[in-house]
Amino acid sequence: MTIFSLALTVLLGILAFVLFFHVSNFLLDYFGKRSSKIFKLENSLRAVIFIAPAFIILFVFIIYPVFETIRLSFYDKIGREFLGWSNYAWAIKDPDFRRSILNNFGWLLIVPTLSTFFGLVIANLADRVWWGTIAKSIIFMPMAISFVGAGVIWKFIYDYRGPEQEQIGLLNAIVVAFGFEPQAWLTIPVWNNLFLMAIMIWIQTGLALVIFSAALRSIPSETLDAARIDGASELKIFWSIIIPYLQQTILVIWTIITILVLKVFDIIYAMTNGQWQTEVLANLMYDWMFRGGGDSGRGSVLAFCIMIGVIPILGWNLYQHRKEQKI
Amino acid sequence: MSEIEIKKLNKLYGKAHVIKDFSVKVKSQSFTTLVGPSGCGKSTLLRMIAGLEGINSGTISIDDRVVNDLSPKERNIAMVFQSYALYPHMTVFDNMAFGLKLEKRSKEEIKERVHEAAKTLQIEEYLQRKPKQLSGGQRQRVAIGRAITRKPKVFLFDEPLSNLDAALRVQMRIELAKLHEQLDATMVYVTHDQTEAMTLSDEIIVLDQGEISQKGIPLDLYNKPNNLFVAGFIGSPKMNFIDAKINSQNTDKIDLSLLNKSFVLPKNIQGQLSSEEVKFGIRPEDIHLTESTDFDWESKAFVVEKLGSSTFVYLENEGEPIVVECAGDSSIKSGDIIKVKFDLSKSHLFNKENTNILA
Repeated sequence: MTIFSLALTVLLGILAFVLFFHVSNFLLDYFGKRSSKIFKLENSLRAVIFIAPAFIILFVFIIYPVFETIRLSFYDKIGREFLGWSNYAWAIKDPDFRRSILNNFGWLLIVPTLSTFFGLVIANLADRVWWGTIAKSIIFMPMAISFVGAGVIWKFIYDYRGPEQEQIGLLNAIVVAFGFEPQAWLTIPVWNNLFLMAIMIWIQTGLALVIFSAALRSIPSETLDAARIDGASELKIFWSIIIPYLQQTILVIWTIITILVLKVFDIIYAMTNGQWQTEVLANLMYDWMFRGGGDSGRGSVLAFCIMIGVIPILGWNLYQHRKEQKI
Repeated sequence: MSEIEIKKLNKLYGKAHVIKDFSVKVKSQSFTTLVGPSGCGKSTLLRMIAGLEGINSGTISIDDRVVNDLSPKERNIAMVFQSYALYPHMTVFDNMAFGLKLEKRSKEEIKERVHEAAKTLQIEEYLQRKPKQLSGGQRQRVAIGRAITRKPKVFLFDEPLSNLDAALRVQMRIELAKLHEQLDATMVYVTHDQTEAMTLSDEIIVLDQGEISQKGIPLDLYNKPNNLFVAGFIGSPKMNFIDAKINSQNTDKIDLSLLNKSFVLPKNIQGQLSSEEVKFGIRPEDIHLTESTDFDWESKAFVVEKLGSSTFVYLENEGEPIVVECAGDSSIKSGDIIKVKFDLSKSHLFNKENTNILA
């Protein structure tokens, strides 16, 4: 019965939209013929009519929440009492917040850079060996795994069982095989951040690899031949010809991964839950928003900080894109 | 000195035998052209000389030094590509200086050489532009400039003019000829355009399916083609081929029937004939219009191409039409019945194996 009513709602919704477009379009035609004033505005009016529903949905679900988040960030736990800047003041003094910012910066610097770098290098090398396609497929595979799934897989790699027990973690197995003491990897501050980043790099290299492989095909082979004749080594060709040629692609991939990393949450949630100084902004926000009764004020401050972080990167990306189109 | 010697060169792509036992000597400072239809292996051969393509067997030497295992840069060559192959993110100056920078030459020397080359090619004013901002002809000049700044011993050209429009092609052709005189370098040029081959070359090598069909100076190929392939490839419009039959032959004349008539060729046949069925070849300019009753053949003109300097008349014939070249101011219209006379002293005969059999 519920499925039936659901389907009915969807159907009614679609019908309502079809009716809206048809009726408004018809009305515009009808009045356009009678009033020269409307006739002049016809094109822009029609555009408004057709964009309006999408714009309203966008507004309700994306733009309104942004303003609501900003509003909430000035209120108390339950969004009732106005507190002014005190939530922000708290954030600046909070050591967890500072560490999160620092960790986020670490993620931002290391993950996009290494993912892009590995993707580019592997895409280049894979074209030179017969098993390149197989290697590329394997490297791409993590893209199909959810972050939480990836976390579970990597838990087995970093697993620690105490010094007397047999180690089932891959990394500890290797360390023990070389005669060193096994380590509880995820509890060693600073380093554990790098271990978590490795997971993200492992996933995102696949994305970079696939896009770079396609982009590499677009470089004319005669240009590379010309460089070879000019006396360039393969390494020099890579730096002086291929990288400048792929500049735009590199930029796009780097921004995609950067934005993704800025929002990183699942991996940390699944692996350490922010313990041992691995806290990042998204994680901290979740903690404040939904844990221990929830604090929508402080949670909103953190959410707002993430958004502030994403905006310049997005803006820069758009600017680059426009510049590209102009040429 | 920069002589190129190729001995018994072979190249295979899987099972496809692209270059077959190819041997040739390219004289120092000569302009040698490789011509042939698409897929005859001419570009592959050039790329093998450049070192961009591996060799299955045989040797390539430049100045008596076998270069088989040398990288392109160690061969002291330069190459100009059909697509120009400029580096899009570099300015014209940087494009031309790239090779010199890699040779670790001083800044002053690089500047001097680039400006010298730019001056020769009249591209000085574009040095700070990017390739995107240049026209096709200008780009090709930059590509040539990039080749000459390095002062190589050997220049390789891979259909450099194919992407240009007709007028520009003629202009660049003349400039290339001038450049060859100035530079004193050995040039190997690949083209499928026989006009370029005829006008630029000291020697032409006609390639057919990875083998040399004939080589020699341009006019020799034109006047004495060794085989049907060369006869048909060199010259535009191509030579007319007419099925013929040899009736008898003695020391200085050949009796043959073609176009349902019999003719006497004042020439000798070389070697033994395996069959009397032959192909008679005659160029359009060696067929003359005549008004007299002593004509060799008559037929209806069905296409008349007026080029101004000359007129090509296509005459109906069983099988392929026969093309006749006549004066530019000719008043022939399609539909006219045309009487012609063949200049038999300039005709060719090809046997079943397609080789020219006239001594």
